Amino acid sequence: MRSIRLFLVTMFMATSLGAQTINVCGTCNVTSLRDAITLAKPFDTVRVKKGIYKEHDVVIDKPLTLVGENYPVIDGELKGEIITVVSDSVTVDGLFVINVGTSYTEDYAAIRVKKSKHFVIQNVVLEKLFFGIYIEKSSYGKIYHNKIIGDAVEEYNSGNGIQLWYSHYVDIEHNFVEHVRDGIYLEFSDNCVIKNNVSAENLRYGLHFMFSNDDIYQDNTFEDNGAGVAVMFSKKIKMLNNTFKKNWGTASYGMLLKEINDAEIIGNTFEENTIGINLEGSNRITYKNNNFTNNGWAIKVRGACYANRFIENNFLYNSFDISYNSKVNDNIFDRNYWSNYTGYDLDKDGIGDVPYRPVKLFSYIVNRTPETIILLRSLFIDIIDFSEKVSPVFTPDNLMDNNPQTKRITW
Amino acid sequence: MLLRLYYQTTMLKILKYSFFDLMRSRWSYVYFGFYLLLGVVLLFLNNDLSKAVITLMNVIIVLVPLIGTIFGVMYYYNSKEFTELLLAQPLKRSSIFLGQYLGVALSLSMSLILGLGIPFVFYGLFKSNAIWDFSLLLITGTFLTLIFTALAFNIALSNENKIKGFGYAILLWLFLAIIYDGIFLMTLIFFEDYPLDKLSLVGTMLNPIDLSRTLILLKLDISALLGYTGAIFKQFFGTSFGLVVSFVMLVIWVVLPVLRIMFKSRRKDF
Repeated sequence: MRSIRLFLVTMFMATSLGAQTINVCGTCNVTSLRDAITLAKPFDTVRVKKGIYKEHDVVIDKPLTLVGENYPVIDGELKGEIITVVSDSVTVDGLFVINVGTSYTEDYAAIRVKKSKHFVIQNVVLEKLFFGIYIEKSSYGKIYHNKIIGDAVEEYNSGNGIQLWYSHYVDIEHNFVEHVRDGIYLEFSDNCVIKNNVSAENLRYGLHFMFSNDDIYQDNTFEDNGAGVAVMFSKKIKMLNNTFKKNWGTASYGMLLKEINDAEIIGNTFEENTIGINLEGSNRITYKNNNFTNNGWAIKVRGACYANRFIENNFLYNSFDISYNSKVNDNIFDRNYWSNYTGYDLDKDGIGDVPYRPVKLFSYIVNRTPETIILLRSLFIDIIDFSEKVSPVFTPDNLMDNNPQTKRITW
Repeated sequence: MLLRLYYQTTMLKILKYSFFDLMRSRWSYVYFGFYLLLGVVLLFLNNDLSKAVITLMNVIIVLVPLIGTIFGVMYYYNSKEFTELLLAQPLKRSSIFLGQYLGVALSLSMSLILGLGIPFVFYGLFKSNAIWDFSLLLITGTFLTLIFTALAFNIALSNENKIKGFGYAILLWLFLAIIYDGIFLMTLIFFEDYPLDKLSLVGTMLNPIDLSRTLILLKLDISALLGYTGAIFKQFFGTSFGLVVSFVMLVIWVVLPVLRIMFKSRRKDF
């Protein structure tokens, strides 16, 4: 609280003292960003006019607003990092930053924020980059409406679009990230909100969480990424209304959950992924109102997953709805709609009278001997699936949806 | 030379006769009507061409062999008297039987292609991306018809007893459509500690039904589902080499039984 008051006071003082605007352009008094920053007093505005500025290692060490007009190009000439922010309350707005240097020993970024608070990075376009926006031990910031377009080819020599490391309370909204290694990467970052972003065609993950708790991500679209979205070793994450689409490949999934506890996964759409959700060591997660459409496996449960609740989801036309690799089941499936359900509803209450068993014998066999998948859609497989459905021997016998819906659920 | 031409024309004549005989028969219409209905219903219910192709695949790899087998056996036994009449004429034996075989196989293939083709064409197949999948479906369907009709003729030629012939025909279908996969699955599970990709590839190649199924499935880009095995399969079937090998395999499946028809019919005592 004190720091905020202090901040307000300084802000007020700054404005009352008359913050100045320093213009930077080819024909102005000041022709480079670096000079402008050296000249500027705290809380001044540096206005960069349209043009090409060949600069790198620009350090912003005082509270400034750096604004570009009509997207001036800051060209790093592949020499290293371009803009580094080391002061609180810095705004970077409307720049077009290109040609970040590639290094195997240092993570050069187009814009790096280091140990600062209250930063805003918005309307920035980044191209030809190594790392895009790198937030390091900084908090209370906003990354808003940026466009990051990489040209990553190999995982080992490419960087991430937006990376947070030990940074808390950061809002990442309305960004567009494509063709980098990981679209958005959070490591040891708590209480962040990731909202309305599009992360597509990235080499590895659209979104990657590691050891980050209490975060929310919602209304994002993750499409056509190398391996989908990975959420690992995190607690109390909320995943709401996201779309996971077309993560199709031999090692791809819509979402990978590993060691995730107490999360909420609500209202998401998983469409055309090889595996919709891959679950491993994840407990007490609520899955509600999600759509699983046309996936290879809608949900693959690997092991050590307890007390998860799958409620009121739609499972539509997946090759396998649920896959289990053991006979033990401690998860609850209730009131879902399964397009593969063949039961009847005599009393017309919208709930099927026969419980649905989402795990097929074939998916159990495939788990055991993956090569057997080549018998997919063979008549023999249909026959053994049917006999297993009638009297379960191999699949967990308490794994069933007792109230399968007869109509697709809408919400 | 002239004699050879004569033989060829007689074969064509018998082919033509069998073909039109079948075309006039009720069963061809039923078969044709069934596929027409199937195509219409699928498109009407699904509203999605590529989905309909997948469902069709399920139907084709099961039904086409069954109907080919039953029809082949049935036709042979039914036209036995007529065959004996033809044999009394100065005609080459192989041309009589080949003519009949081709007559049955081609009329069945035509029912299949027209029955499925018409609704799909009306639905806008030529404007859709699914046209290649669909063509592959029809091609494998035609191959399966040719293969199983030939196998049926073989069985019928070797068995005077109708009941026995039908029994064997059904058994053959049962074996290739279902039992084979069962044995295949058991083998895979039994040898799960060993690298299985070669084995599974060979196992697939040996059975025409499995081969057709795999060809279509891989075309439908389901291969990502198959994981590591899928990658190997894709590597094999995805290349033109693999495609050529699979089609050669299908052709072998047609040629061998046909050769046996010729061989058997030359020696058979009526």
